[in-house]
Amino acid sequence: MSTGSVAGALVLIVEDEPQLRRFLAAGLPRHGLRVLEAATGAEALRLAEQYVPDVVLLDLGLPDMEGREVARALRRWSALPILVLSARGQEREKVELLDAGADDYLTKPFGFDELLARIRAALRRVARAATNSGAGVFESGPLRIDLGARRVSVEGREVHLTPIEYSLLAVLAAQAGRIVTKKQLLTAVWGPHNTRESNYLRVYMTHLRRKLEPASGARLFRTEAGVGYGLELP
Amino acid sequence: MEERRPSPETMLERATVEAEGERRGKLKIFFGMAPGVGKTYALLQDAQAKKRAGVDVVLGWIETHGRRETEALTHGLERLAARRVDYRGLELVEFDLDAALRRRPALVLLDELAHTNAAGSRHARRWQDAEELLAAGIDVYTTLNVQHVESLNDVVASITGVVVRETVPDSIVDRAHEIELVDLPPDELLQRLEQGKVYLPAEAERARASFFRKGNLIALRELALRRTAERVDAQALEWRRAQGLAEPWSARERVLVAVGPAPSSADVIRSAYRLATRLRAPWLAVSVETPAFGRLSEEERERVAANLALAQRLGAETLVVRGERASEELLVLARARDVTKLLIGKPGPARWPWQRLRGLVPELVRRSGPIDVLVTSGEQGREELLRAPRRYRRHRAADYGWAFLSVLVCTAVGAASRSFLSLADLAMLYLLGVLIVASRLPRRPSLFAAVASVAALDFFFVSPAFTFAVSDLRYLLTFAVMLAVALLVSTFTVRLREQAEAARERERRTAALFALSRRFVVETGVAEIASVAMGHVRDLLGTDVAVLLADRAGNLTPCGGASAALVADEHELAVARWAFQHGRLAGHGTDTLPASRSLFIPLVGTGGHLGVFAVALAGRPEPPTPAQWQVLETFVAQTALALERALLVEQAARARVDVETERTRSALLSAVSHDVRTPLATITGAAGALLDEADLDPGTRRELAGTIREEAERLARLVADLLDLTRLESGDLVARTELCPLEEVVDSAVQRAHAVLAGHPLERLRPEEVLCAEIDPLLLEQVLVNLLENAARYSPPGTAIEMRLADEAGELRIEVADRGPGLAPGEEARVFERFYRAPDNQRAGGTGLGLTVSQAIVRAHRGRLTAENRAGGGALFRVALPRPAPIPIHSEEEERA
Repeated sequence: MSTGSVAGALVLIVEDEPQLRRFLAAGLPRHGLRVLEAATGAEALRLAEQYVPDVVLLDLGLPDMEGREVARALRRWSALPILVLSARGQEREKVELLDAGADDYLTKPFGFDELLARIRAALRRVARAATNSGAGVFESGPLRIDLGARRVSVEGREVHLTPIEYSLLAVLAAQAGRIVTKKQLLTAVWGPHNTRESNYLRVYMTHLRRKLEPASGARLFRTEAGVGYGLELP
Repeated sequence: MEERRPSPETMLERATVEAEGERRGKLKIFFGMAPGVGKTYALLQDAQAKKRAGVDVVLGWIETHGRRETEALTHGLERLAARRVDYRGLELVEFDLDAALRRRPALVLLDELAHTNAAGSRHARRWQDAEELLAAGIDVYTTLNVQHVESLNDVVASITGVVVRETVPDSIVDRAHEIELVDLPPDELLQRLEQGKVYLPAEAERARASFFRKGNLIALRELALRRTAERVDAQALEWRRAQGLAEPWSARERVLVAVGPAPSSADVIRSAYRLATRLRAPWLAVSVETPAFGRLSEEERERVAANLALAQRLGAETLVVRGERASEELLVLARARDVTKLLIGKPGPARWPWQRLRGLVPELVRRSGPIDVLVTSGEQGREELLRAPRRYRRHRAADYGWAFLSVLVCTAVGAASRSFLSLADLAMLYLLGVLIVASRLPRRPSLFAAVASVAALDFFFVSPAFTFAVSDLRYLLTFAVMLAVALLVSTFTVRLREQAEAARERERRTAALFALSRRFVVETGVAEIASVAMGHVRDLLGTDVAVLLADRAGNLTPCGGASAALVADEHELAVARWAFQHGRLAGHGTDTLPASRSLFIPLVGTGGHLGVFAVALAGRPEPPTPAQWQVLETFVAQTALALERALLVEQAARARVDVETERTRSALLSAVSHDVRTPLATITGAAGALLDEADLDPGTRRELAGTIREEAERLARLVADLLDLTRLESGDLVARTELCPLEEVVDSAVQRAHAVLAGHPLERLRPEEVLCAEIDPLLLEQVLVNLLENAARYSPPGTAIEMRLADEAGELRIEVADRGPGLAPGEEARVFERFYRAPDNQRAGGTGLGLTVSQAIVRAHRGRLTAENRAGGGALFRVALPRPAPIPIHSEEEERA
C-alpha cells in the first residue's frame, strides 16, 4: 500500500470513545501519519489552533458540544479537511455537519482501508487546491472541464451539457473530493433563496451522470442518497 | 344431622363476607340499654388490655363526662387532637377523621356511635366516620345505646315517650365484628342515677323522670338483650352455613312492605325490617306510583323517597312500580318475587260504610291467595299514596273560577235561546259544559261544575224561576239523573286524562332510556359515551352535569367534554373523590357532605368503580322528583356499564398490542441471543488464539484475523438491522419521502454494497426515461443494499446479479435477480418472516432480519416487496412502488431563459 502522498501528515482524532480512539491512534502512525487525540470538542479546538493539523477526524455525538459547532469553529479560520465519523441513524446530523463545512463522512463501522482512502483523498484535494487555484482546466480521470470555454469532454469526446448541468458540474468540480450537500448545490446554482428547484436537482444530476459516466462503468460521481453528491478525485 | 355441601351461592356469599372481613377493620360495639350503664368504662378497660398486649391504640374521641374513674382509664392512651369547628360563632370540637386516617393506628376508640357531627364535617354522622375507618382497615371500638338502633327507634319511643332522632342503621350493628352487651340491673342503674353518677344528654335530661322509670328500664334492657341475642343468633347461623349444615327451615320466606308518603310509613318499614330479620328473610320495600301520585305535594313525594331510603338503609331491596291499581301491582310483584308475607299500614277509620269493602287493604286480603297480608298500625288514614288520594295538590281558586265561568256561559246561552230549547236540551247544554271543564280541570272543580250546573238549571230555568223550589216533582228525577250523569262524566273524563298523562310521562321516560341505550350501542369510545350520557341527563334535569373518570392512580378528570366547573373547587373535588373511593352517593342532598353544590353518584361497574357522575343540584328551585331520580339512577347505572365496556375494549386493544410486542420481543431476544453469541464466541476464540499462541505461522494468523473481522461485520449488520427494525416498529423511523430518481438510489446502494458484490458481475438495466418516485432515499437505499447483499450471499461466486429498473403494469419496479438456488416452494412469503433463513444457508452470514426490515420499509412507501423464482433458475426480488405524478423538466431553451 502506498503511503507516499500522506506521509508525515498530522491527523487530529476527535473521538470520545477511548477504544476507538486508541485503535485509530495505534493504526494511523503505521501508515506514516502523525496523530493528535482529543476526547472533547473544546480540547479539539484548542489542539487544532495550537498544532494546525492537516486533517480532522470528527466524531458525531461528543459529550460537550455538537459536532456542527466544532466544524463551524474550525471553518472560521481554516479550510482544513474535516472527516465526520458517524453511525447509522445520525443522517440528519451528518447533513447538518456537511452543510456546516465538513468535507466528507464515514459511517461506522468502517474498514481501516476505507478510512485511509478518505484521508488520502482529502489531503489530495487540499494539495490540488493549493497548486491549481485559478487554473482554467479541471481534470479527473476521463473527465476534462475547460472552465474558460465551458467545455466538457469525457475520454476526449466532447459532451453537450445544458446550462444548469454545467453549473452543477462546475460546483462539484470546484470542490472535488468533498461531499456537496443538496442545499449547498441549490444555493450555488439557483441562489440562496430559491428552493423551488429542489425537486429537480436530482433529476438534473441524473441527466448529468448519464451524459458523463460512460457505459464502461468508470465512476466519476459519488452519490450519497439523501445527503449529497461528490466528484471523485483520481 | 347429615352434613350437606354448601350451595355455590352460599359459598360465594361467604367468600364475599370473608374477603370483605379481611380488608375491613373490625368493629366492636359496647352495647347498652341506657346512658350510665358503664359502656365507656368497659370500652376503656378493654382498650387498656389491648394496649398492654402491644396493640397500637389511639383515643379518637371519648366522652368521660368528668367521671374520675373513667378519666383514670384514659391515662397512657395516645389521644388524637380534636378538630375545632366554628359553628355560628360557637366553637365545637369534633373527632378528626382525617387525622385518624393519617395516623393509621391499629385501633381507634370512638365513643357515642350515634353522635351527629357539626355542620361542615365530612360526614353528617359519626357512624359514617367509623365506616370510613373500617373501610381503611382500622379497627374501631365504639359505644351505642339501644334507643339509637334504627329499627328499634319507634319501639323505644313508644316505651319511653322520648323520641330519639340520632339513629344508627342496623346494618352497622349487624356487620359489627363483636357486640359486647354492657348490662346493669335496672335497680343499680337507678341507684347510680340518684348518686349523680349518670350523665344525661340534654334531651334525656328533660325526660329524665319519664325515661328512667323502672318499667322502662326493664323494657329497654329486654330490647338490648334481645337485639344482642338476635345478633348472636345470626352469628350462629353464619357458622352453621360455614359448616355446611342444613338451614333450620325449608321454605324461604320473603317479605314485601308497601311504602307510602305518610310519616307513619317509616314505622311500618321498621316493623317489616324486624319481621324480616326474625325470619332471616330477604325483604322488598315497594312504592306504587298510581296516576294520582302526580298530585301528591312535594313534601309527600319527598317523604316517599325518604321512606324508601330508610328501607334501603335497613337492608331492603327498594322498588318503584307504576300502575293503575296499587293492589294489583303489589300482588303481581309479590307473586313474581315469591313473597310470603305482605306488610301494609293499617288504614284509618272508614269515613263511609262502603269504604270498608273497597280500598287497598280489603282488596289485598281478598285477592292475595296464599300470601299472608299483615296489616300493622302506623299508616293511620294514609293509604292515599297507594290508592288514588282524594286531596288535590293545588286547590287553585282559578280552577273554580273557570268552572264557575263555564256554568255562567251555559246559563247565558240557555237564557238567550230559552224560547226554542226544551228543558232536556238545556240539561244537555250544561252537561257539555261539565264535559269541557272535566277535560281541562282537576277533579274537584269538575265536580263543582257538575253540582253548580244542576243548581243553575233549577234556579234559572225550572219553574218557578229564580228559586230553588220545584213545582213539579218530576223535575227532581231529572235533577238526580242529570247530577249522576254530570258526576260520572266528570269523573271518567278526569281519570281518562290522568291516565293519558301518566302514559305520556311513562312513554317519555321509556323513550329517553331507550334512546340512551341505543346511543350507547352506537358509541364505542369512552369520551363519546360520557358526552351522550351527559347530554341525556342534562335534558332530563335541566342542570349542569359532568362525568369524571378515574385514571389508574385514582385521579378524577372530566371526560367527554364535561365542564370542569363542577369540580373546579377543591372541596367539590374532594367530595367527588370520596364518592368514587367509597362507591356511595355523596354531596348535595345526601348524608355525606351535604353542603356541597353538586350530587356525586359513583359510576360502579361490575369490576370496580370507574368514576363519578356529578349533578349540580344546589340552587335548583325544587329537588328532582322520585321518578326523575329513578331515571337518573338508571341512566347512571347504564352509563357505568357502557363506560366499563368501552374501557374494557380499550384495555383489550392495549393488551393485544402488549402481547404482540411481548411476543416479538421474546422471539427477538431468543434469536438475537443465538445470533450474537455465535459470532462473539468465534471472535473471542480467535482473538485468544492470536494472543496466546506466539508461534503461529503468518497464514494462520491472517486467517484468524480474517475470521474476527468477518464475524465482527456480521455483528455490525445484525445490530444495524435490529436498530432499523426497532425504530420501524416503534414508529420512530418515519419515511420522509421526496421525489427522487430511482437510479440515484440504485447507484448509491451499489456503491455501498460493492464490497459484498465483489465476485459477482452486476448487470444493470434501465429505461431511457428517468424514473422518479416518492421515496425516502436513505431507507430505500437500505432496502436495495439488503437485496443486493442477499443475492450475493445466496448465489455461487461468479454468477451475475441483475438489477433492473422498469415502469411496468402501472407501477415502478426495481428488481434484483440472482442465479442462485432460488426459493423452495412455499418460501416466497416466508423469506420475509423474522429470523427466517434458508435451511441450508445457516452460515451464509445473514441476520434473518434484512428482508423483514426491507418489507417494512417498502410498505411504509405504500409499495410491495415480493419474491419469486426466475425462469432459468435463481430468485428475483421485486420492489414495486406507486407511480408519482410526472414532474415537468425544463427544456434547454427554458433553462437559458
